[in-house]
Amino acid sequence: MTQATLKQLSQQLAAKEVSSVELASQYLDRIEALNPRLNAIVTVDREKTLIEAAAADARIAAGAASALTGVPLVHKDLFCQQGWKTGCGSKMLDNFVSPYSAHVVEQCAAAGMVTLGRANMDEFAMGSSNENSFHGAVKNPWDLNAIPGGSSGGSAAAVAARLTPVATATDTGGSIRQPASHCGVTGIKPTYGAVSRYGMVAFASSLDQGGPIAQTAEDCALMLNVMAGFDARDSTSLERATEDYSRDLNRSLAGLKVGLPREYFAAGLDADVARAVDNAVSELKKLGAEAVEISLPNTELSIPAYYVIAPAEASTNLSRYDGVRYGHRANDYKDLVEMYEKTRAEGFGDEVKRRIMVGTYVLSHGYYDAYYIKAQKIRRLIANDFKAAFGQCDVILGPVAPTAAFDLGQMSSDPVQMYLSDVYTLSVNLAGLPGMSVPAGFAANGRPIGLQIIGDYFAEAKMLNVAHQFQQATDWHAKAPAL
Amino acid sequence: MKWEVVIGIEVHVQLNTVSKIFSGSSTAFGAEPNTQASAVELALPGVLPVLNRAVVDKAIRLGLALDAGINQKNVFARKNYFYPDLPKGYQISQMELPIVEHGRLKILVGDQEKVIGVTRAHMEEDAGKSLHEDFQGLSGIDLNRAGTPLLEVVSEPDMRSVDEALAYVKALYSLVTWLGICDGNMQEGSFRMDVNVSVRPEGQQAFGTRREIKNLNSFRFLEQAAKYEIQWQIDTLEDGGKIQQATVLFDPDTGETRMMRSKEDAHDYRYFPDPDLLPVRISDEQIARIKGEMPELPAAMQARFIESYGVSAYDAALLTSSLKQAQYFEAAAKASGHGKLAANWINGEIAARLNRDGADIADCPISVERLSGLLVRIADNTLSSKLAKQVFEALWDSDLSADAIIERDGLKQVSDVGAIEKMVEEAIAANPKAVEEFRAGKEKALNALAGQVMKASKGKANPAQVQDILRQKLL
Repeated sequence: MTQATLKQLSQQLAAKEVSSVELASQYLDRIEALNPRLNAIVTVDREKTLIEAAAADARIAAGAASALTGVPLVHKDLFCQQGWKTGCGSKMLDNFVSPYSAHVVEQCAAAGMVTLGRANMDEFAMGSSNENSFHGAVKNPWDLNAIPGGSSGGSAAAVAARLTPVATATDTGGSIRQPASHCGVTGIKPTYGAVSRYGMVAFASSLDQGGPIAQTAEDCALMLNVMAGFDARDSTSLERATEDYSRDLNRSLAGLKVGLPREYFAAGLDADVARAVDNAVSELKKLGAEAVEISLPNTELSIPAYYVIAPAEASTNLSRYDGVRYGHRANDYKDLVEMYEKTRAEGFGDEVKRRIMVGTYVLSHGYYDAYYIKAQKIRRLIANDFKAAFGQCDVILGPVAPTAAFDLGQMSSDPVQMYLSDVYTLSVNLAGLPGMSVPAGFAANGRPIGLQIIGDYFAEAKMLNVAHQFQQATDWHAKAPAL
Repeated sequence: MKWEVVIGIEVHVQLNTVSKIFSGSSTAFGAEPNTQASAVELALPGVLPVLNRAVVDKAIRLGLALDAGINQKNVFARKNYFYPDLPKGYQISQMELPIVEHGRLKILVGDQEKVIGVTRAHMEEDAGKSLHEDFQGLSGIDLNRAGTPLLEVVSEPDMRSVDEALAYVKALYSLVTWLGICDGNMQEGSFRMDVNVSVRPEGQQAFGTRREIKNLNSFRFLEQAAKYEIQWQIDTLEDGGKIQQATVLFDPDTGETRMMRSKEDAHDYRYFPDPDLLPVRISDEQIARIKGEMPELPAAMQARFIESYGVSAYDAALLTSSLKQAQYFEAAAKASGHGKLAANWINGEIAARLNRDGADIADCPISVERLSGLLVRIADNTLSSKLAKQVFEALWDSDLSADAIIERDGLKQVSDVGAIEKMVEEAIAANPKAVEEFRAGKEKALNALAGQVMKASKGKANPAQVQDILRQKLL
């Protein structure tokens, strides 16, 4: 049962072949059995889960169920959830039980979905390897020596290990797509503003975007139907009519133009990854798509631009963690300033501190124009690159990351090398575009490889169509790690 | 050496919105600490600001009244610093692209008109409050005030005296209350002033080094603080000292300013556009709508008062020091048909009484109708000015009309020529010495005789008539 997709579970629940309580119990048992090896889930509360599941069963019995009522899920530990610890992978918030729920959590609850637990993550969503969590690293279910990818590594690993059929996640510079790629699951980062950030602990506000990670594109579409939509509590939320993200899943790909950015297939791309992407393109051509070479000339600049803008925003977003009102507070201090200093020194991990320092520097008076303003200009150039590209093609295809998952600890002493691994994902966030990762093969060492699909603004349905058709023709997404 | 004073002023105007600038929390004053602080004010993880559009409308209102430019695209920025009553670690304010720029405000000092430039006005949120009393060795934090909408109005350094500075802040105060965007309650901090003061040798072009007196919440404190600071700066310079750029605080107990921090410990606020808020877009329609809703402004009303009621420019300025005062005047002028007389009484007796009680026109116990009743009786000579004052006293302390008081106290002025002639003759007969002196050319002696007549009439004789008849009889 725990191998089933969201779609299958939803049908079984509707047909009353299984109850939500049974389903939740099975997943909880599986989490109990496997999570100690994976460290993908940080909080489980069996009692709370079963109460939610019983409520879902009552709703189904009353004939008041919607598509996902009774289906279990895991929330990334940065979506505030009333009554649940919302720790954000940080010592700073390890004692924080949220008094309110994020929009995304509310939407899932309103749909009748059942919370299994909370997914591990890089501290404050900063990282590409999920080694920066206060709770320790998450292991890749395909290879326990490998990283799962960050920062939604817990969400991706939990889905890959079938600890949950679906998980919420967030993507600031690739944090949905990259762990989905490394864990062999499907994840979509929607257009900026499509999913409300209300109640999502902020990393970099202008880049952060929530989305789902699941086994299939179809499941992602079902989840987006629940998660997306206008929310007046987020000023950057897009005021658009609600859409059905599943509407185009079965559309033919005949005549579809897929763009292949030459910059994405240049030096630095691992041969296994290049082959997997090539094979995926061939597969899509068989389905009627036509490949065109395009150029995104400013791709390389996305790394420095991102590593200016994201830390700049993070440095001020994280200034609220001062030990005054909630969260960690140092024990001994002689005055206010020392209280701040010790609290923050003890509460934050190294990667978070590094980014706060960088962000503080680039925003400071003498350097603002040289760094922050310059980065914003690059951001515009990158958006223009995409605009030009979408004049030539319907979707853009490429790798998600230059390599399959690397080994745990392999890069933790070299943050810059780690930042470079985000080269194919960052520009999508800088431009605010939607992007996704779909399983497309394995490296020689058996670690999964994802195909990235990038769409124009609001082209989620089109991307999901491409991904679904690809998954109808291939079975990479159906493979599960042996655990 | 002759010194010239240069003053620029920043005023924090608290906007009288029902809810806060970025949340739905109430802005009402005086609630129990932290009962009006929502998750947004507490800066819980994940909460986001949502702009209260009423704040924008009020800012536009002031911008239009200051004859300023309205930036139809303006941007909120984060101003970053750590302080326990600043829960997010930054204040949302405006830096580049404020909503209002390049305005001006006319002031009147004595009978001299002057125009003070208003550099900009920007929207921002207030911080919370640290409570240092009641907690032994600790400080409490009250976040009720956090997120209260403020408009920071920054002037050009155009003022050259404390009187000009006072005239400016009073004119601005009058304007923001006039426009209905601020409740004007200075005790509750609704109108707070930072005053930048420098001095320079007269004739010198370059500004001297300024010191900023922070957070003054009364006009009297502003006057005291600025005077002290100016003298201190002049003394320092004349003693061969140098002024260091600094922020100072005024201590009302000692009447002195003292340094809070020097330029060296000035913060780097690391301003940058707040990514949680989109730029504010203001349409032509929105500006047109607000223009349509604007009340007649003080300057326009002054001109109309001078034109329609024949009052002096000085009186017109006083009458328009608040909208309520202006409305009271105009109603009295219309009801009585005697605008100039109404102006004299409102700016004279009524203002004096209200000042004495620290009250304003809204507290005036004499209704427009009752004041008009008095004015009419003055104009038709029923009351001499002395009697009028007596009636005024009675009006202040009772609910009776002027006519009822005149009737009750028998205060009708005596203008009956026969009666006055009789009293004049009696006075002449009783004061031969004064008569003699007057006839010898001593004008003053006439007043003594007139005084006798007034006394005999218990003040009710028409003084002008008394004078006339006296002269007739004596010459």
